[in-house]
Amino acid sequence: MVITLIVVVLLLVGLLFFTGGTVGLLRFPDFYSRLHPAGKLDGIGVLLVILGLSLYQLFPLTVASAVTGLKLMLIVVFVFLASPTATHAITDAGLRAGMEPWKKGDPWR
Amino acid sequence: MEKDAAQQLKRDLPPQREWKKSGSAYIATFIIMMGVWCVLSGQFDLFHLGLGVLASALVSYYSADLLFDGPMTGKTFRTTFGFLAYVPWLLYQILLSALHVLYLCFHPRMPELIDPQIYRFRTRLKSDLAQVTFANSITLTPGTITIYVNFHRDFNVHAIDPFSGEDLPGEMERRIARAFGEE
Repeated sequence: MVITLIVVVLLLVGLLFFTGGTVGLLRFPDFYSRLHPAGKLDGIGVLLVILGLSLYQLFPLTVASAVTGLKLMLIVVFVFLASPTATHAITDAGLRAGMEPWKKGDPWR
Repeated sequence: MEKDAAQQLKRDLPPQREWKKSGSAYIATFIIMMGVWCVLSGQFDLFHLGLGVLASALVSYYSADLLFDGPMTGKTFRTTFGFLAYVPWLLYQILLSALHVLYLCFHPRMPELIDPQIYRFRTRLKSDLAQVTFANSITLTPGTITIYVNFHRDFNVHAIDPFSGEDLPGEMERRIARAFGEE
């Protein structure tokens, strides 16, 4: 019962971060600042949601459920390795192609 | 123009290094690969474990040099444990700054609050692995993205507002230096 409550809280907070990421993606002014919510808030959303899911299926505790929990956590590890690399690559490509970052005072796009 | 870019890239690359064959690096790679195999397969009978041993041996034979840049020493273990001790602090920082970016995303007057800028600094971290960890940690922390790192250890970081960017390199660099034994 307590576990279910914790799982629900984790899932809801994770979804809040996903929603914030999407809202930020739509609201922020330019290419570079849009990558901030898109790449990062999704990452922490994935962490919380998958933490909730692996906690949910961990009980009753057997070898199979422990292995499934570890598999789910592996997803988080790979997301946390791949997400910053991809974000960096996109930003770097944008700057190398000569796209100027938005600065305070520039017209709102 | 393209020739310039190629020359720039060549200048920014570190010199190539030779990798010495070492038994301990093969064994460590084999153990890591076998652990991942066990987690992913979830079957512990002789047939599946035998396949795992075969596959892990092949992978560690071909790519031990990707994981370790030489023989395993006491420093390798200290670095591993230092890194594992660093991860919880990083997760805490990610959560803190994620809350800050979340606040920005939903704030009605967000355009007045953000002030994207590119911060430039030179890190004192020496090893490749420490620099990669630092760059990826900066990018993982919401509000800051590493744009560019070169051979001379110059970092260019895009920050969404001064709150996210002002304390770079700061404590994160100190903790990574401690984790990788570069104090």
